[in-house]
Amino acid sequence: MSEIDATISPGQVILEMKGITKAFPGIVANSDVDFDLKKGEIHCLLGENGAGKSTLMKILYGLYKQDKGEVFYKGEPLVVNGPADTLRQGIGMVHQHFMLIKPLTVAENLVLGNEPTKYGFLIDKKKAKAELMEISTTFGLAIEPDAKIMDISVGMQQRVEILKALHRGAEVLILDEPTAVLTPQETKELFVIMRKLVHDGKSIIFISHKLKEVMEISDRVTVINHGRIIGSVKTSETSPSQLANMMVGREVELIVHKEPAKPGKEKFRAEGLVAENDRGLPALRGIDLSVRAGEILGVCGVDGNGQTELVQCITGMRRLSAGKVTLNGKDITNMPPKRCFEAGIVHVPEDRQKHGLVLDFTVAENMILQTYNKKPFSRGITLRWDEIKSYARRIISEFDVRTPDEDTKAGSLSGGNQQKAILARELSRTPELIVVAQPTRGLDVGAIEYIHKRLVSERDSGRAVLLVSLELDEIMSLSDRIAVIYEGRIMGTMDIEDATEETLGLMMAGSMPASHKGVM
Amino acid sequence: MSRLGKGINWNRLVRSRAFWLGAALVVLITVFSVNSIRSMGGEMFSYLVIDFFSTGIFMATPLILTSIGAVFSERSGVVNIGLEGMMLIGAFFGVMVSYFTGSAWLGVLGGMIAGGLTAALHAYVCISHHANQTVSGVAINVFALALTGFLLKAVFHRAGQTDRVTKLANWIMPDFFRNIPIIGDVLGSNTPPVYIALLLVVAAQVVLFHTPLGLRIRACGEHPEAADTVGINVTGTRYFCVILSGVLAGLSGVTLSLGQLSLFKEAMTDGRGYIAIAAMIFGKWTPLGAFLASLFFGLATGFKFISQSWNMTSIPTDFLLMLPYILTMLALAGFVGRLTPPAASGLPYRRRGSV
Repeated sequence: MSEIDATISPGQVILEMKGITKAFPGIVANSDVDFDLKKGEIHCLLGENGAGKSTLMKILYGLYKQDKGEVFYKGEPLVVNGPADTLRQGIGMVHQHFMLIKPLTVAENLVLGNEPTKYGFLIDKKKAKAELMEISTTFGLAIEPDAKIMDISVGMQQRVEILKALHRGAEVLILDEPTAVLTPQETKELFVIMRKLVHDGKSIIFISHKLKEVMEISDRVTVINHGRIIGSVKTSETSPSQLANMMVGREVELIVHKEPAKPGKEKFRAEGLVAENDRGLPALRGIDLSVRAGEILGVCGVDGNGQTELVQCITGMRRLSAGKVTLNGKDITNMPPKRCFEAGIVHVPEDRQKHGLVLDFTVAENMILQTYNKKPFSRGITLRWDEIKSYARRIISEFDVRTPDEDTKAGSLSGGNQQKAILARELSRTPELIVVAQPTRGLDVGAIEYIHKRLVSERDSGRAVLLVSLELDEIMSLSDRIAVIYEGRIMGTMDIEDATEETLGLMMAGSMPASHKGVM
Repeated sequence: MSRLGKGINWNRLVRSRAFWLGAALVVLITVFSVNSIRSMGGEMFSYLVIDFFSTGIFMATPLILTSIGAVFSERSGVVNIGLEGMMLIGAFFGVMVSYFTGSAWLGVLGGMIAGGLTAALHAYVCISHHANQTVSGVAINVFALALTGFLLKAVFHRAGQTDRVTKLANWIMPDFFRNIPIIGDVLGSNTPPVYIALLLVVAAQVVLFHTPLGLRIRACGEHPEAADTVGINVTGTRYFCVILSGVLAGLSGVTLSLGQLSLFKEAMTDGRGYIAIAAMIFGKWTPLGAFLASLFFGLATGFKFISQSWNMTSIPTDFLLMLPYILTMLALAGFVGRLTPPAASGLPYRRRGSV
């Protein structure tokens, strides 16, 4: 192995995928894809969800078998039998959903599958810890060996994943959407680590759909769309708009153009909301918020700080143990979802497939989920399908939902069109408050552009919008005011003019920047 | 804190369950039996205590064996409701082999193999074919009842129960051990599975929490995909654990038929497989916890017998017999401490993209 190592010097190709084709029933996920990685570089694989980047990486990682094409690693054809084999040969992957055993400690996770033993049958826990400390000092990644995975932050968990791969001698690291779960500060730390790793001779494939990060960290970018490689460019010779153009195949407006808000009177107010999460632990510890007509209030924070519960409490999906929710001055605290909806709250839920649509229903059926029993959709005890379908056709075209027809199952639409369908249903009913959670999660640049424009136009027509998102960029480009949520509390609310990424990032991590002490 | 106890959180255990249940049982019995005890002499009282504990451990042994098997199966990610059926099959084949060979120990072996084979069937259906584990387990229980009923008639030409066969002879401990007060009296001479079960508790606790195998088993039950990515054979590990649970259930069944009795009776397991699963849950999926819970259930059952033989009629024994079931339901409903099963328990594992 070290013999071959010596022959690959920095800048030479270490990994090459040639003519990779992989088809699934009904879809070609990868079509004649070429991809190569040079030693010591960070090569970004950029593409929308469903563009084929995950499939390509899964083939490389041995989770899928390609129909056609070959993979060369250090000049030799790479033959792998399953993921563990890939790792053994020097290719490690940090999955988007971590491959860590939560109740076990960091050290146990590190040695899992490769445990040092004493007396021939007992795990040598001291040795495991020593191995961890050694690898963590070598690469300067400090970690607490005895902490359980479930007790450490997401950023730390990711660090464990990287250490795991390095511990097994990974030369090539695949990072699958690594920043999706991180705060801005943690992202910066990750980038420092990545630069150090390539400096030490490792090579990194960085999978992402975030243009800003790609521009910041990568040496080269390869864009993939509809299973085909669109092109490979040096990062220093490209621009975000060129990359976006390559991703969707047309000009895309990356910046949301909007006029300053003209907020009206207060529409919605939440006072002292307290609620528990599904596990019975405190999720909201006294949330105060208000949204005025004609403004977008963005709620940002790291995942799991109470955002989900907050949205559920406002839309009637979760019981508040204390606090008060008012809409237009009317008390709607702890009303069931149907009453909230009738009061004028519409909801674009964060999990569109679980709470937004009934996937096995047709698009038309989904359009009347709340209003099925209202005129004109029902008469007596029967549904009036002609009315339902003509209504569905009308809003489908209004919201540009790309579907063969209204009788198509909602589950067969693409993510972007599913989200548009939900927007169509929700926004078609003159709402008082629009609650949108993670509206663009997993969507392509084109669909994001549409949804952002739509939300701004709803604001401009005088609606109150409460936007909850984990994407800081989205919050910053859409919101008129921003509230930061941390451990079930609002750390502070500020106007968009006063918000910087640094300030928000610090507040998202629970510390109050000096300049913002007392801002509420 | 002993090194052995590392796998379970002593503080939490003491705060929540087995400890308090045990204490509650003792208090209950004392309160109920205070009249009977008051009328006894001191010697009588110590006989009572010895009788209580030896009956308890005797009744607990099948539960211990089965619940430890259940711990392994669930820790690896496979729910095994079929343990009841595996016990029954083990009990029958133990008797049958003993009947034909005249050797109780060959019977034990036969029962364990029969239990293991039944578990292999469960493993094949659930692991290789991703079937619903509860459905498969229930099917095995129904199947076991029918199979043993049929074979009873086909082999022994009798209904209800078999002829008497050679049973396991008691193991008698060395004198120094038997001279220890109370412990010596309780454990001095007993049916071999009692000792096997006690040793097994220690062995299982060590294996699960201190060996690579145990770490891998727990990984498979928490996050099989993660285990797979580091080269652990998830399918193999799960097969091993499920079959192990069947072998132990078989041994447990033999304990009933050849250890406690010397014959097989139709449906003689009488729900013990389910109680063992409850004991596993009570014990928070640890061998030591399952042991304590089994012991508690065993003592509760054992009390029925001694209350009859000691004529303590002031306690409604039916109530005590109900206690394990009621407590199990309370535990499952989350009233008695919080229970977190292995995250992937009950979920078939299929490597993505292997379609």
